[in-house]
Formats: sequence, C-alpha cells, structure tokens
Amino acid sequence: MNVQARAQGPETAETVLAVPGMHCAGCMAKIERGLEGRPGIETCRVNLSARQVRIEHDPSLKPRDLVAELERIGYQAEPRKGAFARSDSAVKPLLGPLAVAAFAAMNVMLLSVSVWSGAQGSTRLMFHWISAAIAIPAIAYAGMPFFRSAWGALRKWHTNMDVPISLGVIIASLLSFYEVATGGKDAWFDSALMLLAFLLAGRVLDAMMRDRARNGVDALLNQAAQGAMVVGAGGDLGWVKADDLQPGMLMRVAAGERLAADGEILAGTSRFDQSLITGESAPVVAATGDKVLAGTLNLDAPIDVKVAAAGADTTLAEIARLMEAAAQDRSKYVRIADRAARLYAPLVHSLAALTFLGWMFAGAGWYHSLVIAVSVLIITCPCALGLAVPVAQVVASGALMRAGIMVKDGSALERLSRVDTVLLDKTGTLTLGRPVPDEAVLAGLPADAASVALALASHSRHPVSKALGNALAASGVKAAALADVAERPGEGVYASWEGKPVALRRPEGASGIAVTLEIAGQQAWLIPFADRLRPDTTQALARLANMGIEASIISGDHAESVAAVARETGLRASSEVSPREKQDIIASLQQQGHRVLMAGDGLNDGPALSRANSSIAPGSASDVGLQASDLVFMRDSLLAIPRAVRCARATMRVVKENFALAVAYNLCAVPLAIVGFVTPLIAALAMSASSLVVVANSLRLARSAR
Amino acid sequence: MRVLAILIPAALGLGLMGLAAFFWSLRHGQFEDLDGAANRILIDDEDE
Repeated sequence: MNVQARAQGPETAETVLAVPGMHCAGCMAKIERGLEGRPGIETCRVNLSARQVRIEHDPSLKPRDLVAELERIGYQAEPRKGAFARSDSAVKPLLGPLAVAAFAAMNVMLLSVSVWSGAQGSTRLMFHWISAAIAIPAIAYAGMPFFRSAWGALRKWHTNMDVPISLGVIIASLLSFYEVATGGKDAWFDSALMLLAFLLAGRVLDAMMRDRARNGVDALLNQAAQGAMVVGAGGDLGWVKADDLQPGMLMRVAAGERLAADGEILAGTSRFDQSLITGESAPVVAATGDKVLAGTLNLDAPIDVKVAAAGADTTLAEIARLMEAAAQDRSKYVRIADRAARLYAPLVHSLAALTFLGWMFAGAGWYHSLVIAVSVLIITCPCALGLAVPVAQVVASGALMRAGIMVKDGSALERLSRVDTVLLDKTGTLTLGRPVPDEAVLAGLPADAASVALALASHSRHPVSKALGNALAASGVKAAALADVAERPGEGVYASWEGKPVALRRPEGASGIAVTLEIAGQQAWLIPFADRLRPDTTQALARLANMGIEASIISGDHAESVAAVARETGLRASSEVSPREKQDIIASLQQQGHRVLMAGDGLNDGPALSRANSSIAPGSASDVGLQASDLVFMRDSLLAIPRAVRCARATMRVVKENFALAVAYNLCAVPLAIVGFVTPLIAALAMSASSLVVVANSLRLARSAR
Repeated sequence: MRVLAILIPAALGLGLMGLAAFFWSLRHGQFEDLDGAANRILIDDEDE
C-alpha cells in the first residue's frame, strides 16, 4: 500500500484525481478496492484530508479513463490541474518549531523546578548551564516564525503582535545568559520557551483549521471543463487540454459538458445554462452561427464549436482584472490583533524604559535596574494577548465547519462580524442554481411510472435526468428493470419495460425546462423543472433582519425572473447588473459607511465578492466564486449566512473579552514587576495561568454556530 | 549528587529520541492525511 516507497519504474505514470464526494472510511475502502486490480492500475492511495486519490498506472491509461473508472464505482472525479497538486500546508512549517519548543520547555522546566525548590551553589550553576545549552538553540530555531514576521513588520516601520513577543523572548534569553555566565541566581529560559510553545500551539491549531477549510474548498474547484474533444483535420477526435486550445480549433461538446473556450457554433442547436457566467437562470438557445461562452453548460444536444478566443482575450480575463484591483484594497485591512499590538507595544516598551529610569534615580545601580526592567518586559510579554485571537478563531471555525461552513481566511470572521448590509445574488445563491423537478407532479406519479422514470433517468448524464433521478431516489423510489435502453442525444432516453416502449424525452414546444415521461398505453406525464429558492430562505432573511442586517438582491438576470424572486422574498432587487456595476454598487455603499457582505456564486460575482468587506459563496459556486470568497457553505440551506454572521459576532465578543482578561492580568502583574518582586517562578505561573484562562474562555465558542 | 550525572543525560536522551522520532515522521509523510489515518482503522480487511 505504500505508494511513496515504491520505486517508480519507467512504465508507470502517476495521476492525482480530486474526488470531492468521498468523506468516510467506507468511501476510502470502496475506491481503493474498486481501483486496485483493474487492468493497467498498479496502486492507488486515497488522501481523505485533501479528497484526492493518487493512482499509479500504465501510461497508456489516460486521466479520462481513470475518471470513468471512478464513475463506475460511483464517484465524481476531476483530474487535478498541473502535474502535482499537493497544496502546501500552512501547518507543516510550524510543527517542527512547536515540537522543539515543547521539548525544550519541558526539559528546562524540569531543571528550573529543582532550582526553585532550593538547589544551591554548583548544582544550580550546572542546572543553569544545561538549561542554557538546551534553551538557546531551541529559542533560535523555534522563535524563527516570530522573529521573521516581526522583522518584516519593523522593516516597513510597522509593528505587529510578533514585535513585542520577539523582543521579550530575545531580551529574556540574553539577560538569562548573562546571569548564568556570571553565576547569578535567576534564569528565565523556561518562561521564554513556555511562551514560544504556547503561542506556536495556538498558531498550529489556527493553521490546521485553515488547511482543512482550504482542502475542502480545493476539492470543489476545477469543476469547469478543463479541455475539449477536438475534431482534427481528418475527422479524428482527440482530447485537448484547455490551456492548449487554439483559436480556430473545432470542439465537439456533448450534452452535459461545459465549454472550455469561447467560440462560435458551426453545427448543431442546443440550449446553454449560463447561470455561472451571467447569472441568467433561463437556458439560452443558441444555433449555428451564435456565440457561446467558456464555462457555460451545454444542456441538450452535441454541438461543434469553433474556438474564437482563448486565454487573455475572453470575458473571463476582464473579470479577473476587476478582481485583482479589488483584492488589493482588501489586503489593507488591519487585523484586530495587530491593532491591539500597535497600542500595546509602545506602551509596554516605554513602561519598561520608565521602570529602568525610575530605579536608576532611586540609586539601584545599572545591573539591578536593568534586571527589573527586563522582568517587566517578560511579565508583560503578550502570552494571553497572542492567544486571544487565534484560539477564539480556531474554536469558532471548528464550530462553523461542523455546521458545513468553511472559513478560508484568517481575518474573515473579524470582517464578517462588522457587516450591516448583505447583497445576495439570485441564481445559485438565493436559489439552488439547479433545476429541481416540480414536487407536486412527482407526488402525483403512480408508483410504477415513478420507478420507470427513475430507471430511465439513471441511464443519462443529462443534468435534467440527473436532477430527476436524484429527486426520485431521495423519495425512496426503486428503479424498474428496463430492456433495450438507448439514449438519443438531444432527444431523450428510450427503452422497453414489460414489453411496452417507454421514453423520457424532451417535450415539444415547452417553454422553460421540462421532460415528458411516456409509457405506451398510458397518458404522457409532463414534469416541469424550476430553479427553486434555497430551503429556509424566509427564516434566514428574518434572522438577518433581526440582527440589523439589511438584505437586498443584486442579480445579472432579467428583470422578470428577478422580480418574481423579489416578490417571494420581500427584498429590494436590482436586475441586469453587470459584474462591474455590482462592484460599483458595493463601492458606493461602502462610501456611505456601510460594511457589505456579498453572497454570490458566479463568475460575474467575482469582482463584487472581492470588493465587499466580506464574502460568502455556496459550495456549488464557480471556481472564481469559491476562490474570491472568505467563507464557503456546503449545505443547501440559506441559514448558513445568518449562522456565520452570528458566530463571527460571538467570536469578536470573545476576542474582546480575551483582550480584557489579558489587560486585567497585566494590571495585576505589572506593578509587582515594577516594584521588583517578580521572580522566574512567579512569571512562569502567571503566564500559564493567563493563557489557560484565555483558552477556557474561547472554548465557550464551541457551540456558537448553532 | 553523582546520580544526577546519569539521570540528566538519560532524561534528555529520552526526550531527544522522542523529538527525533517526531521529526522522522514529519519528513516521511505521516502527517499528510490525518483524517484518512483516523478513518482507515474502520476499514475491514477482507479475508480471502
């Protein structure tokens, strides 16, 4: 099973596939056992955290064949872009320093305890020297993440939380080394190491949460077409990657596929779902000579498309440019921890300086004054302050993740907690963004007709068939046994059932999306499809209103369909808004002093998502939507939005409490330090006590996402 | 006090061994898929 250890012969190739649908041990076993032993497949190994499968196989097998294999087992898969998509984890670079800091802190503490309990003379000196030998290299290594970040801030004449931390640790180490070298009685190595270990633990947890959210979102990415079947000069078909498509090539796009490039239809007529690109909910009919856009979904029939533009000339590129500019604005946001540090660092450092001067005036001498000033720095070293934000965010992100909401960005909860306006895209955000069969009609189907419908639907990959199949299967219908099944592209699925011809086909002349179910000898059933509002929409909007958040709709869709949703939800709405106008609306709201949450899913929402103060997208969103938003919700219910806002507000409340606790601790400890009463023992106790209080307070957030 | 000459190196040595083992596992991909590792234990081995 150990893939990595296996020597890779010249005759094997390696492919990594993303499988968003797997989530448990059962899935892992099913995939690994289902793939292993298939012809051409050497080994495969599932990575559940990343939702990926790594397969070693015969080079003659193409990624598409592997995707087909996985589909046979029952999982949707996508080849990863690029050769190796091992996303670099934020946790890994911190684990080493954490291990070293924890190891050194424990061992030094062991020695310190003996010193505190009364070791004298040469024993104490020896213990101090051993402590120094462990602590100094450990601090140099484990402190690196802090030193680096502090140096980065100082170089730009800023300060952040890492500046007082680094200064405290470095000064404590230098003073302790001087004490040890001159045979003094106090060494502070244990405090410095404990501080590093606590803070690193907080950051590792934070990074872990972030990694997990990013893995979840990464697994959803790349669902757009990454290539196309290209018809060569001699009529031969070949798969070409999206990056290699050239203007003038002829793509053959089957029903149910997404287009990989902009182009013009040369042959065929079909309808296209453009909801991810323009927000338009109704499918658009396009025939020979019409233009079609990359990323749209071909609904009905196979078509031949001549590639017109690829790469930087497409509508996509324009959207990307708008987004880039907006994202730069957002990166100027200063996180609350750094704002606190801007107040805190100068205060603490001038306090230490004043203490030094005060003792000098009182005639205590250079050395004694310096020791007391340093003990002020050490005792105020922001252990609790450094944990106040990350621990609260870790607990809250964990709670949100259990509720199906991924928090992608560290400052997302801070920004989300302050929003007072929410703009909702219509298609795919307020609505499910996929056609759902009319429930009343499904409920009226006789049992045998329903089971025939399910059986027919299961033979087609057409999105409408899939939606029908899912809906029927969810209501407990069992598929009937069919014979002579044939799918005729652009028409429907035909078969015979108990000797009678049956069909699931597109109706003649129906407007909107619908299918007709025909069973010979019975009446035909017309099943209409519509994009419905997400479940709990009314409740979610009521909750948002209760929280003082004003909601309105901002959609690229036509006025009539937006007006229908606006009536149903009672919200104000603007329709036929272009991506740039969406961005401008948000900018003007921001100028009036509002803080805007954008909820959207499409490519056309991308610029707005990155311009808004905070943004959230459903898991079904386009790649661009997923990447531009701070939060991603995986479940259908719209309650995710009020839930996320409430949790963010609770988090900020706890963060502020944590700051208050840290300040209260300083108010008690600093006078002791200034008077010169603080020993390394008191520093160690005070530091761990204040950290534990902050962690315990943050744990109250575990149930904040209900 | 002579016992310290044995105990301290022994304590440090044990700790260092643990640290070395951790770094080894970090380098060899043991932390690549924590969710997967937690779930793999639930997979039944097929007896064939």
